Amino acid sequence: MSRGFRDRAAAAVMGAIALSCLLLAFGIAVALVLKSRPILATTPIGRLLFSSSWRPSRGDFGFYPFIIGTLWVSGLAMAFAIPICLLGAIYLSEYANSRLRAAAKPLLDMLAGIPPVVFGLWGVLGIVPLVSKLGTRLGSFTTGYSVLAGGIVLAVMVFPIIVSVTEEVLRKVPQEVREASLSLGATRWQTTKHVVLKAAFPGVFAAIILGFSRAFGETMAVLMVVGNVAIIPKSVLDPAYPLPALIANNFGEMMSVPLYDSALMFAALLLLAVVLVFNVLATLVLHAVERRIA
Amino acid sequence: MDRRRLEEAVFKALMLLSLGMLAASLGWVLLTVLVRGLPALTLEMITQIPRGGFYLGGEGGVLNAITGSLCLALGATAAALLLALPIVFFLQREYGGGSRLAALTQLSLDVMWGIPSIVYGAFGFAVMMYLGLRASLLGGIIALCLVELPIMARAMHEVVKMVPVELKESSYALGATRLETAARVVWRHALPGLLTAVMLAFGRGIGDAASVLFTAGYTDNLPSSLNEPVASLPLAVFFLIGTPFAKVQQRAYASGAILLVMVLLLSIGARMLARRHQAYVQR
Amino acid sequence: MPHISIRNLNVTYDGHPALRDVSVDLPDGQITVIIGPSGCGKTTLLRCCNRLIDLTEGARVSGSVLIDGANILDPSADLLALRKKTGYLAQKPYPLPMSIYDNVAYGPRLHGMRDRRQLDQIVERCLRASSLWEEVRARLRKPAAKLSVGQQQRLCLARALAVEPEVLLGDEATSALDPLSAQLVEKRLIELRGRYTIVLVTHILRQARRLADYVLFLYLGELVEHGPAAEVFANPRDARTQAYLAGEVS
Repeated sequence: MSRGFRDRAAAAVMGAIALSCLLLAFGIAVALVLKSRPILATTPIGRLLFSSSWRPSRGDFGFYPFIIGTLWVSGLAMAFAIPICLLGAIYLSEYANSRLRAAAKPLLDMLAGIPPVVFGLWGVLGIVPLVSKLGTRLGSFTTGYSVLAGGIVLAVMVFPIIVSVTEEVLRKVPQEVREASLSLGATRWQTTKHVVLKAAFPGVFAAIILGFSRAFGETMAVLMVVGNVAIIPKSVLDPAYPLPALIANNFGEMMSVPLYDSALMFAALLLLAVVLVFNVLATLVLHAVERRIA
Repeated sequence: MDRRRLEEAVFKALMLLSLGMLAASLGWVLLTVLVRGLPALTLEMITQIPRGGFYLGGEGGVLNAITGSLCLALGATAAALLLALPIVFFLQREYGGGSRLAALTQLSLDVMWGIPSIVYGAFGFAVMMYLGLRASLLGGIIALCLVELPIMARAMHEVVKMVPVELKESSYALGATRLETAARVVWRHALPGLLTAVMLAFGRGIGDAASVLFTAGYTDNLPSSLNEPVASLPLAVFFLIGTPFAKVQQRAYASGAILLVMVLLLSIGARMLARRHQAYVQR
Repeated sequence: MPHISIRNLNVTYDGHPALRDVSVDLPDGQITVIIGPSGCGKTTLLRCCNRLIDLTEGARVSGSVLIDGANILDPSADLLALRKKTGYLAQKPYPLPMSIYDNVAYGPRLHGMRDRRQLDQIVERCLRASSLWEEVRARLRKPAAKLSVGQQQRLCLARALAVEPEVLLGDEATSALDPLSAQLVEKRLIELRGRYTIVLVTHILRQARRLADYVLFLYLGELVEHGPAAEVFANPRDARTQAYLAGEVS
């Protein structure tokens, strides 16, 4: 076996593996679509998405409360996370010295590496009681297992991704652009506000989308603190039942009720579709930003 | 004049406040789990499997979950490594670099990186049902491998991309093939980063619950074969905390603390390993 | 018989011409120096000689480069054997991420050499030939990255010699070195003349005058003038050569 042959053979194997990775990504979508077919055949998609009636034993699968629940919790998480992360990332990129930046990186990595179930534990031990107390203070009773608890826990979980992507995007803005603004007499904040952020806007937008996508799909931590009650929340102190939690909680009963497994696979497909759209959008935006700078 | 500086001062204060909140949230999570969990940690917890009535207050520990998680993560990480490394080398210029296949592979890796692990769990379950398999260690490894692969591949790709092209040219100029250059030069230069990528993925593998929920099942026994269900630490925490007994909930906190400590040790270890290998790499 | 014959060599980068119709014979066993202002195609020409040009994106090459009579630009040519024949020194030394010993032994090992004693001999011989032996003999197993830049470049020379090439290519090989190390490397190259055909690219005219037996002057991708060093430096025929040598164009 000559060296040249070995080289070409290895290249072929590597290409084959890359191809199978591509096919795998497709395969996941295809498998979920196939498993969703039964329920899509019996129930029109409008009813699946917009009906609030969830009675699996009767064959009623209305996902509306769960979709709304997911949106509430993720939306709240983003409302908390966006200001904190943007401000933090701006400081790290524009104002902080290299020591602070070097110290921030391992902290963010650590936060990113904490398992979701540990976040859930923290939520149960630390956040849920606080929310309950808050409810009493405000005069509306809540067990603490609520949209608010879910939103806070999720927010902390998406901190690392939003901060790191935003900071990276801000750093990519060329130094000359800042210098041009500063040499005209602008303060650093004015430069940041009017020049850097404007230049980095698409990238920051992508960071937010990635964060939202992450929040949307998180299962374990939210499951532990959000209450898992299939209602449409009227306030942040109400419990909710996000889509991932629905799937996770009910897989045991999946096999005993007809169409239940197909319904849950449809829920997974919904999740996949939303996350896919967001991620592809964000990736395209980030690539476009890179190309513009290069 | 004054308004500009005032605005800057206000925003700077807000920014520092935000940074403080970021740091504080990390501290809060670590402290809560460790402070509530470590005192509840007994030797029994880490050396015994659950005995009868463990979930109701009986004797035993979570050794089944600790070893189960290690087996799952080891298997999944090894499998992901076997796939990620060739893919990442393939994405270099001298292999598939600019081709359509490479661009699509890159895109699918990016997409897979964002897929929530519950979707991988559902997919794994669907496949297992189709093949007539039941929840097992093997099923869990496969689902977990799907979760780890994009994470590992992304981290490795960043590292391999940074290998200076002149270094590779030095090898090619001596008459080496692409394979020889990859196997003797590139991996050595990238080793610290590659190791970090592997440990990053491994850490994810120990901590992920949603993907193994359907596919690995749960059991009170130690892992015995690839075809038997296996316990995992995240699920142990989840099941233990769902009970109404305070004593059992303590065990949940302790298990959570075990998991947290394992992950923290892993990330510190990864950093130290990476630093030790920097000696062989210039720049 | 000229060692290297270049015929009608054309190179474009994404459509922009970098070398236009270059034809020349490079004499056997002598030091040929390619000079010219920056961006004129010197490095491109050099990289065609060991087909490192293949690695540059967007590069289109036509024409032929014959080494020992065989066209190396032919797609069917044995690339690995060619690269074994031509040793390459880049401007910035890039030691491989391994020990000093392994750096020098890398090439021979690639081409199949396993015998420990033979490798030891080759390593010592090549390190002596590049004037590095005395400085590193006591720490052959230490990482090569710890050497100074001048030592690293000599290590790269030793590494290139270890595969027993016939041709040595140097792309601004001393530009990144301190004057002392540069001198050492130049001395080595002069001593290697005769056994090897050496082709160097440099933008330092004084270095060219010191080292060259044969000179190629490139300007905007065209081979304007070439000939024995004494002739070209003393009596440049073309006006552009005259201007460059007088220091007007840089």
